[in-house]
Amino acid sequence: MNPGRRRALRVLAGTASATATVAAAPAHAARAPKTVPPEAMGMLYDTTKCIGCKACVVACREANDLAPDVSLDGLHQAPLDLNGKTKNVIKLYKEGDRISFMKSQCMHCVDPACASACMLHSLQKDETTGIVSYNPKYCVGCRYCQMACPFNVAKFEFDKAVPKIVKCELCRHRVADAKLADDGGFSRYTRGHGPACCEVCPRGAVIYGKRAELLAEAKRRLAANPGAYVPRVYGETEAGGTQVLYLSHVPFEKLGLPDYGPQGVPHTAYTIQEGLYKGFAAPVALYAALGAVLWRNRKKTGEGGAEVKP
Amino acid sequence: MNDLRTFESPVAEAHGLDRRSFVKTITLAATAVGLNATAAAKMVEAAAAGLKPSVIWLHFQECTGCTESLLRTSHPGLAQLILDLVSLDYHETLMAAAGLQAEEALHAAMKANEGKYICVIEGAIPTKDDGIYCMIGGKTALSIVNEVAEKAGAIVAIGSCASWGGIPSADPNPTGATGAPTVLKGKTVVTLPGCPANPYIFLGTALQFVALGSLPALDDKGRPLFAYGRTIHEHCPRRAHFDAGRFVQKFGDEGHRQGWCLYKTGCKGPATHASCSTLQFGEVVDAWPIGLGHPCFGCTEQSLAFRVPLHDTVMIERPTPPDTYPGIHEAQGHVGAIATGIAGLAAGAALGAGYRFAKKLEDEPSAPPPSDKEVKP
Amino acid sequence: MSSHPSVHREVGGPLLTGSYRVLLAIAALGGVMMLWRFAAGLAAVSNLNDGYPWGIWIAFDVVTGTALGCGGYAVALLVYILNKGEYHPLVRPAILTSLLGYGLAVLAVTVDLGRFWELWKVPVYFWRWSHSPQLEVALCVAAYVFVLLIELSPAFFEKWRKSPDTGLRSFAEKGLAVVKKSFVWTLALGILLPTMHQSSLGTMMLLTGPKLHPLWFTPWLPFLFLVNCVIMGYGVVVLESHAAASAFSRRRETEMLGRLSKVAMGVALFFVAFRVVDIVLRGRAGALLSWFGVAVLVELGLLVAGALVLMSEANRRSPGPQALAALLLVVGGTVYRFNVYLVGFRPGENWSYFPAVPELLITFGIVALEIALYVAAVKTFPILAGEPAPARA
Repeated sequence: MNPGRRRALRVLAGTASATATVAAAPAHAARAPKTVPPEAMGMLYDTTKCIGCKACVVACREANDLAPDVSLDGLHQAPLDLNGKTKNVIKLYKEGDRISFMKSQCMHCVDPACASACMLHSLQKDETTGIVSYNPKYCVGCRYCQMACPFNVAKFEFDKAVPKIVKCELCRHRVADAKLADDGGFSRYTRGHGPACCEVCPRGAVIYGKRAELLAEAKRRLAANPGAYVPRVYGETEAGGTQVLYLSHVPFEKLGLPDYGPQGVPHTAYTIQEGLYKGFAAPVALYAALGAVLWRNRKKTGEGGAEVKP
Repeated sequence: MNDLRTFESPVAEAHGLDRRSFVKTITLAATAVGLNATAAAKMVEAAAAGLKPSVIWLHFQECTGCTESLLRTSHPGLAQLILDLVSLDYHETLMAAAGLQAEEALHAAMKANEGKYICVIEGAIPTKDDGIYCMIGGKTALSIVNEVAEKAGAIVAIGSCASWGGIPSADPNPTGATGAPTVLKGKTVVTLPGCPANPYIFLGTALQFVALGSLPALDDKGRPLFAYGRTIHEHCPRRAHFDAGRFVQKFGDEGHRQGWCLYKTGCKGPATHASCSTLQFGEVVDAWPIGLGHPCFGCTEQSLAFRVPLHDTVMIERPTPPDTYPGIHEAQGHVGAIATGIAGLAAGAALGAGYRFAKKLEDEPSAPPPSDKEVKP
Repeated sequence: MSSHPSVHREVGGPLLTGSYRVLLAIAALGGVMMLWRFAAGLAAVSNLNDGYPWGIWIAFDVVTGTALGCGGYAVALLVYILNKGEYHPLVRPAILTSLLGYGLAVLAVTVDLGRFWELWKVPVYFWRWSHSPQLEVALCVAAYVFVLLIELSPAFFEKWRKSPDTGLRSFAEKGLAVVKKSFVWTLALGILLPTMHQSSLGTMMLLTGPKLHPLWFTPWLPFLFLVNCVIMGYGVVVLESHAAASAFSRRRETEMLGRLSKVAMGVALFFVAFRVVDIVLRGRAGALLSWFGVAVLVELGLLVAGALVLMSEANRRSPGPQALAALLLVVGGTVYRFNVYLVGFRPGENWSYFPAVPELLITFGIVALEIALYVAAVKTFPILAGEPAPARA
């Protein structure tokens, strides 16, 4: 191997290891786990109380001005799942004699993958209430949030020429807009605070409040009726914790709530990304090193310059 | 509230009605309007005191069905009671007078009760050719309605014809039949569409005006919300069958005999705002189209009645979830057979072409092995 | 091998041949489908759904398309960093392929984005930037397209230098001077940027967390994507060189490609070894006994097959085996990227996806357009090095 090449390799190797050290150091100080915001709001859904009346599905639609989803048969509003017109849905789990309803909507994760995926913070977690909100103003419709969400909550209006992401936002518009005009009396849902689904539920199967209080209530129920529930509050730690909590009398996996560990979904990707690009130091260092190597090589061989015809 | 034990009403007594029946009737009318107990009590007081509003009832392009509906009650004495609760000063069908006497009665009533009488309009008003297609006493309906409505305390259009044109306005509408609200632009017109209108809706509206001096809350078409705020579908006794998907497919089939939902036979209930499903006709339970096994034809709605064929189905306003649930993991996504074929062919062709190209190159000469003397750059 | 300045020459000849017209027809059909997509929305032309929001446009046109455009990056590493000047003639055509690959990937992104008209906000609203790996890819790829354009500009300038138009001539001279002066810093960018975004393409799929199958989910994913793009870059350069030599009757660069293939073989074997060790050390070897394991077998098997072909020196010196091995490496690399972005991505068993016909036609159209532009460019501008093939006896 010629000495010039040897030296070039040495320089490159040195630069590479220096860059790696620079990058690795902050990477080892891995990204700190996200904590629950102080005034985090949430919901508690108890499958033992739900009767599957679907009033919450209708209420959500009216409160959010969503078009009815009659794609099933053209007659009935029967969404199969959350979709571009449905932010809240009741599903049925049935296996032999075991039956449970399952209310499905955004979990408002403590460490939301969707917000971490979004390039311009179109999806954003509120620092105080922890509500994960969506603002189409900065959305390019890339659907990375859909790829990232571990609960497949974020839905997209694929059938529209001007599409948006659609997902539950805990009716934050109702909280902000408490003084809405009287609409003639027939919609009970245009006024009030908190999510429409909680307001309309006839049996209190889903309730709204501070996450800390809901968690305490959930634990109280578990302690008071140990045989009635799976002994766990889903959302306490799963995927870094969620602000919508679940109590169930059947295993959570059966309801479509997977057994996620306590690590937030963005943890690995963000540890690497934030580690590698911290302060943009590594890219700048690599650029300088590359420039130096190229300069030296060019000087040595007189070649490798612009391809200019003699 | 008057003590019922000392209840006295010459009105009730005159009609042989005991206080219980009297109060019951008024209360029924009051609750039909959606008024609370206090308001109902006030209406009883007003009625018992013989406070009778003057009613001037105009007839134009109509079949008189709405008047007949008002009189058709099964409870004995009630018809007279209704006629006694209001002072029917002008009514071409019911009044004894005729000809010039009738005209004089009309003008006298208008003068005596100026600004206070209820102007009831039954029937559509023809507007084509200056309205010559309906003339009474030498005057067009158009001019009569404008004259009478001008000094009225309240204007009520009873029936679909008066509300929006009704059957006379069906295509091609040769007379230009129009509803009262369009003719009386700018005025508040309470419309009570229906073919015929339900009499209790009229009664409740009139009594409220008399007892409380106000009209019930109206929607954008002037229809009282207490009666027209919901669609038939939202209160239908057969709704459970709709939700469970039990439909009549053909008249006379097993489902029809079982009383299943009539949606597929063209029931306009899902798009028709009316109260027939709760307030039937003639005070007889199930005395209404669906109750008798015939689909609603949307007689209150201008867009449906006499326009959309009887057995055409309609879109559901404000649809709600049915009696079925999606599973936790419903299958979604589509894999097309043709697309799979095309993709397979394309990939196969590309790979095949690449492989064949490589094979063809085997005939090309190889590069010579590197010489011992390597020339350093 | 002596280091002498390379000689680039335009191929010349008629452009609208029969097969060229076929390419244009396919590209035009893809264009019509694109117009339909913009008018009617994504559901009208694709099978993308809420479970699989990313389909063939992302997995192939963007993720694989940019990797197929990594020839410029891979060869630049050899020529300018490791100072192997003998590969110099391969640089300019590789840069052209890179420019086309990346440029058309940007087109594919525009087609795929639901709200593409907001795209300008991404570089402008810098105070709203998150730490999303996709943001890094977006900004980096956009910058890289410009860098590639600058790196390829000498080809345009050299042609315009000879133009009868004096204005164009002086512009070309000035351009060449500027490019020559800034060459080192442009080239450094041209090596830095792909290093950043090709690795970030790997980091991107790490953000899908539990939805990416453990056989592919590894903190080394960015590194693996980087190595993978180098393998694919070399493979594409070999294939392209042989294809151009056949198509335009030029002398083959077999000897140079032979040495390049040896490097590619080494990198491919390194990739396979790394993958296997990584899976074992993470305790996921058991997962190989599944259909997902079969997918891993295919992706690694293709690379191993390509490396095996290149094991013998005789094979390395022959165009046929060179092309076959390159094909195997490119396909193997492609299968890896498809595995990470589609096959190994599991939104739930109830979801399924396969591209719709218009969706496929858009992809075919983009590929046809890329080939068509490549042919037009090499025929018009001095990009390909080497001489016409000697007449056969």
